[in-house]
This record gives sequence, C-alpha cells and structure tokens, in this order.
Amino acid sequence: MTTYTGPDHNGKFGNFGGRFVPETLMPALLELETAYEQAVKDPEFITNITSYLHHYVGRETPLYFAKNLTQAFGGPKIYLKREDLNHTGAHKINNTIGQAFLALRMGKRKIVAETGAGQHGVATATVCALLGLKCVVFMGAEDIRRQKLNVFRMELLGTEVRSVSNGSATLKDAVNEALRYWVTHVEDTHYILGSVVGPHPFPKIVRDFQAVIGNETKQQMLKQYGYLPDAVVACVGGGSNAMGMFYPFIEEAQVKLYGIEAGGAGLNTNQHASVFHQPKPGVLHGTLTNLLQDEHGQIQEAYSISAGLDYPGVGPEHSHLHATKRVNYAAVTDIEAIHAFQQLSLTEGIIPALESAHAIAYVKKLAQEMDKHQSIVVCLSGRGDKDVEQIKQILEEKADGKTKTH
Amino acid sequence: MGKRKLTDYLQQLQAKDKNLFVPYIMAGDGGLDKLKERILFLQDCGVAAIEVGIPFSDPVADGSTIQNAGKRSLKRNTTLAAVLDTLASFKDKRQVPIIVMTYLNPVYAYGMEKFARTCSQAGVDGVIVPDLPLEEEDLLTNMLTKYDIACIRLVALTSPKERVDALIRRSEGFLYAVTVKGTTGSRISYENEVNTYLQKLKEQSDVPVLAGFGVSTSEQAQALASCCDGVVVGSKIVELFNEHQTDEIKKLIGESL
Ligand SMILES: Cc1ncc(COP(=O)(O)O)c(C=O)c1O
Repeated sequence: MTTYTGPDHNGKFGNFGGRFVPETLMPALLELETAYEQAVKDPEFITNITSYLHHYVGRETPLYFAKNLTQAFGGPKIYLKREDLNHTGAHKINNTIGQAFLALRMGKRKIVAETGAGQHGVATATVCALLGLKCVVFMGAEDIRRQKLNVFRMELLGTEVRSVSNGSATLKDAVNEALRYWVTHVEDTHYILGSVVGPHPFPKIVRDFQAVIGNETKQQMLKQYGYLPDAVVACVGGGSNAMGMFYPFIEEAQVKLYGIEAGGAGLNTNQHASVFHQPKPGVLHGTLTNLLQDEHGQIQEAYSISAGLDYPGVGPEHSHLHATKRVNYAAVTDIEAIHAFQQLSLTEGIIPALESAHAIAYVKKLAQEMDKHQSIVVCLSGRGDKDVEQIKQILEEKADGKTKTH
Repeated sequence: MGKRKLTDYLQQLQAKDKNLFVPYIMAGDGGLDKLKERILFLQDCGVAAIEVGIPFSDPVADGSTIQNAGKRSLKRNTTLAAVLDTLASFKDKRQVPIIVMTYLNPVYAYGMEKFARTCSQAGVDGVIVPDLPLEEEDLLTNMLTKYDIACIRLVALTSPKERVDALIRRSEGFLYAVTVKGTTGSRISYENEVNTYLQKLKEQSDVPVLAGFGVSTSEQAQALASCCDGVVVGSKIVELFNEHQTDEIKKLIGESL
C-alpha cells in the first residue's frame, strides 16, 4: 500500500472535503489552519496536551480482552478500547482538550460549540471550566428536551446552553447556528467542532486529536499481545472516534476496518442515519461528503435511537475511505444495538454508550465469519450512563406491549 | 441576456445618477405563482436587478427572517427546477436582470452544467452562491462562464487584503460587499470601518460595489450608497412581502434611489 496522505492543501480527501463556507468565515479557517500547523510543531504544545490527557482525562485508556464476550460470540478474540473510561465518559474530550489549547494559542478566550446528545457539549464545557474560557453551546430544542441532564451538566460547568428551534431543531441545526454565531464573533471566538466534519481544517484537526485512540491501541496490541488485530470496528456518527481509531491502521493493509452507522428502524425505512446505504455526495456544513438528502438537494433528518449517531452527514475522510474501499461501512438497527447494550452489560459488567453498542452489535455478526485464532478490536467510544434512563423506558414499554398483546 | 445584460443595465442606471437598489426575494414564499407578480412589481419600482432566492434546508449565511421564508417556501415544495421553469415562463416580459441566489447543495444535486444551461435558458443573468469561496468556485464558475452568466462574489469585512484583491480581480456583474460580521438581517453597525471599507472597494473595483446584509431603511441605503454604488436589501423586503406591505416596499425603494 502506498503512503496514505491527506488532506491536501485545500482540505480534500480524494474528491471529498474542502471549505464550502461564506467568505466571512474563510479568514478564520485560514487562521486556524496556520495556527494548527504551527502548534503541532511546538513540542511544548504537544507535551502540554499529553500531560492533560494523562493527568486530567486519565489516559492511556486500557485495551481490555473481553473474555466473556469472546466466549459468548464464539469466535475471534475481542478486545475493547476503553474510551468509556475517559473523564466525562467518552472519547469526545480528546478533541476538546486539544482544541481548547489551540484556542488559547490563538489568543481566543471564548468558545462556541454544537452538541447533539450533549456529550460533546459536556466535554467542551468541561475544558472551558478547566481553562477559564467562556463557552456557549448550541443545542436543538428537541435534543434539549431529550437530554435534560446533560443540559444541566453543562450549566453546572458554567456554560451557557442556547436552544435552537430553527429547521428540525436537532444536531444539524445546532451546527448551523454555531456556524452563524462564529461568523458574528469570529474575532475573539473559536469554534470547537465536535466531530471530523465541517470545513477544512476541522476534519483533520479532530482526527489528529482523536488519533491517540488508534495510536495507543496499536502499541498496546503489540506490547500486550505481540500482534496487530485482524479487524477494527468503530461506530460512525460524524465519525470522530472511528477516524481516530482507524487512522493509525490505514497503512496496515492486513487490518480490516469497519465503520458502523446507525440503521435506526431499518435501512428499508427512511428512519435511519446511514449515509453509505445509498451514498449521495453533497455539501453540508462546509464540506463535500455523502449526505442524507432528497433528490432536490434538501438535507433530510437522520434518525437513530442513539442521539450521537443521529447526523445526516459523515466526515469527508470517511467518504474517501469508502470510495477507496479501505474501510467497510455497515449499519446495525436500533434493536440490534439495544441487544448489544444489554449483552455487554451482562457478560462483561460494562454498560456501553448506545453509540458504542452499535459497534458491539456488528462485532457479533462479524465474529460469525472469523475464527478463534483471529482478533477484533472494538472502540468502546463511551459509557452508557447517559442512556440508562432511555433504555429503561424502552424496555418497560416493550414489556407493557407484551402484556397487552398477550 | 447574461453577464452583458446585467453590466449594461447597471451602467444605464448609473448614467442617470441613480443609486443601485437590488432587492432579494425568496422564490416560493407565498407560492411560486407570486414570483412573476413580485418581479414585475419590483421592476416597476426601478430596481437595478432582483436576487431570486431558492430555498435550502440549511441556509448557514442567513438570519431568521430569510431562514423562515425558506422554510415556508420548502413547505410548499419549491424546487430549483420549478423556480427556473417559472423564470423561463415570462422571460420576455421583463427587462430587469435576474440573479439567482442559492446554496451549493441544491445546485450540486441538480448538476452544475445543467444548472448553468437551464439558468441561461430561463433568462438568468447572474448567480450568487454564498457557500462557494474563491478556493472552491471553479467547480461552478467554469460552467457559468461557458453560458455567459455572471458569478457574483461576496467580499467580507474580515477579508484580508490579498483576498480582497483576488475577489476584485475576478468580480463580474457587481461586487457584493457584506457590511456586517454576521448573517443576513443582522443589525448593521455604523462604524467608520464600514465606510472606509466600502470606499476602498469602490476605488479598486471596475464593477459597481453594492453593500448588503442588514440594510433595512432608506436612510441606511442612502448613507451606504454615498460610499459605494448602492445596496442589496434582503430580510426587509422578504418581511414586507410576507406582510403584504407592497406600498412600503415601493416607498423604501423610491427613497433609496
Ligand atoms: C459515546 C459516543 N460515541 C460516538 C459518538 C459519535 O460521534 P463520532 O462518530 O464523531 O465518534 C458520540 C457522539 O456524541 C458519542 O457520544
């Protein structure tokens, strides 16, 4: 395999990516790109981030051999990369720590961010509290209603949460509103985008800050077990935990990579969040990538039981890795994810985030096609505390439904 | 038709010592059957050109007035194809130049070449795509050039000198000078900064310079036009059409010229 590079100087990953934003934002993106390129060459910047990731976030996270799950699935050895053990409970903080220090380097002490379920919002609010930055988070009115506790968490952390009722009042509209806010306050504000989406250089910056997941995994596999895995699996919303996990493995051609999207109520319905089911490129939030859209180019709402996967686009680098076939993309449904959520809780005593449960659900299928001598690493992107109430409700409704129909 | 017509039309008005006034309307707001009536009405008011907005689900450069107009229009299932069809249906009945304004994705879905060709057939003279900065514009401008349609570029208060120079070098039709750090409909701040910025652009530019985003009164229009060649007015016009206040529109335009 040739060396994998990307993005190019225009932020393109093959045919995808770029900077499709109003002129008002272009100077800020160019400034960010320059600041980032300089920062990563500064050993002090890197050491500082590494130190916070260690002492504050709790890295490195364990790579755990899930013996019981391996037995239950009856196939290859399954290893869990425990991003759920990070401070704030998910991988999102790897990125927010990095970007917050970048903002400080640029002399910006105000932060804006978007959030869907609230995980990225909480991770942003957390680092802003830590570093004394003023923070505004935009969140869809619909999501605020669904995720009250995360709203309160952000408020506890000193962040102002602003409700977005435009459009469909969910994550994509929160991104629009954060971009609008950024246009208006661009001189003193940095936008901490939460996934590998948006205009260049965001997909690259977020990937690089998340690549700590894959880098650690690779070293841990070699050190603890002496080989690289045969397959690596991660869930894909915008695609940041997956990109961070995959990136260091891209040139290891023998390692198969699997990105798992939310299949919602099923790919045969219009209630899902899988852009790779029927890939259709277009431009949303400043990047050219595959999108859920109608034939007229209007963006459609994504649906998933898991708020973190509920996004009608995907990072442009994933679109590129899909086009080049380096990564395999598949989807699992709400129901499969719920089963996996329960199964991991029961077998390993680990309650996963619903997002990560999608990856586990796919591993169950993949395990059937592999043998005992092989191995799979799964990115357990977050813990399930935030989802427990929702699952309780769903299971109770299901039980009720049963008693009624019987 | 096309770039040439837009340029000539603006020149004729300027020769009469008029400020240029370009209103923005959202196609399909109130129904697509209103489009012809509104365009002919605005033409009679003496406008320099009309920006016809085509709605997009995620209009990131727009404030709430135009967002809501877009939402109303989409509820009526307005499509790019239908707007261009409607424009084609009365192209011989209007003289005023038409500028289509939309985001890239509806155009991308329709097809770049087909878009340029259909615009040309519909008597569209210029196109504005706000989410298409210099770095990405070749994607569309190659096609627009082929069909002789003006690609109107936006320049921002935040644009550094090299970008301003590049934008001015490439400008066609007119240069759209964004006067706010924000979205359409933001409140304009009467900073000296805006005046100097407009005057500088005017000195450098071969095509007319129009100030836009946040202009809502004839006083503002007059004040800005004294530093450049005229104004683009969006949110206010959209709001007045939605409230059926056509007399107010006539008055606003009349007092701005
Ligand atoms: C635990 C967890 N995993 C995954 C995601 C999906 O995001 P991404 O695809 O960027 O990793 C989220 C988003 O909120 C999340 O909270």
